[in-house]
Amino acid sequence: MLIQAIAFYFFATIVVASAVMVVMARNPVHSVLWLILAFFNAAGLMVLLGAEFIAMLLVIVYVGAVAVLFLFVVMMLDIDFAAMRAGFSRNAPLGLLIAAILLAELLLGVGAYNAGGLTLGTPDGTAMQAADTSNIEALGALLYGRYIILFEIAGIILLVAMIGAIVLTFQPPKPGARARQDVGKQIRRRPEEATVMKSPEVGQGIEL
Amino acid sequence: MIGIEHYLVVGAILFVLGVLGIFLNRKNVIVILMAVELILLAVNLNLVAFSAFLHDLTGQIFAMLVLTVAAAEAAIGLAILVIYFRTRGSIAVDDINRMKG
Repeated sequence: MLIQAIAFYFFATIVVASAVMVVMARNPVHSVLWLILAFFNAAGLMVLLGAEFIAMLLVIVYVGAVAVLFLFVVMMLDIDFAAMRAGFSRNAPLGLLIAAILLAELLLGVGAYNAGGLTLGTPDGTAMQAADTSNIEALGALLYGRYIILFEIAGIILLVAMIGAIVLTFQPPKPGARARQDVGKQIRRRPEEATVMKSPEVGQGIEL
Repeated sequence: MIGIEHYLVVGAILFVLGVLGIFLNRKNVIVILMAVELILLAVNLNLVAFSAFLHDLTGQIFAMLVLTVAAAEAAIGLAILVIYFRTRGSIAVDDINRMKG
């Protein structure tokens, strides 16, 4: 139990600190790197909760895909980041005020939940993880069983996002900019008209 | 003993930091997108915490769907950002309403 508490406070401290750095970092590249650290530590928190599969998914999807995508875009676009930070201190008081109010409200909600002021319907036990199955096994049984429709819809959402991203960023080649492949012309080409046989004299070249 | 309220407080702090990030970096769309990712991470943490403490795996299924939508959102958002930069040469949010979408 003590080890669990130590691990929890370790991960929680780092995740909060790196989230602060994501928001405050001067350079967006550093922001992305802090975001990666935040995701790793959030994955650690989820391992502590016993949700290994979600934790690994977080590492693979966020760190492996989304963060790299961010890094790619940040580095590809040539942006004057100093100009971007203009108004940082001007927006700070309002932002801090709203953040403080929101945090107070959320903590009030947590307090109300702890005091028993909120009743969340109790689970009916059908989605409970059996004692002798692993987390990923139980999740798979649910995901491919009861929640198969949601799973399919998630796949369709990803497909739509992929097609959308490709359609948005695809640039059709300008006419005449580069040689285009003409399949018919390639197939029509015969060896007789494409190659010649010559036997030149020694010391003489051939003219093409 | 670490109870659910600890996780809920961490989730709340992360959520508020995400909202604060949107306010502080109002001009920089990339950091705004990262702040949105932080908010979604906080939501995921809450869902998984409730799932673990109520002994109901539905919360984890929900967290996976949130993860899917977050990935799709990041991809589309960054694609829009790239074409916006290509046409305007900057990513200032101030004149993003010229997209007239």
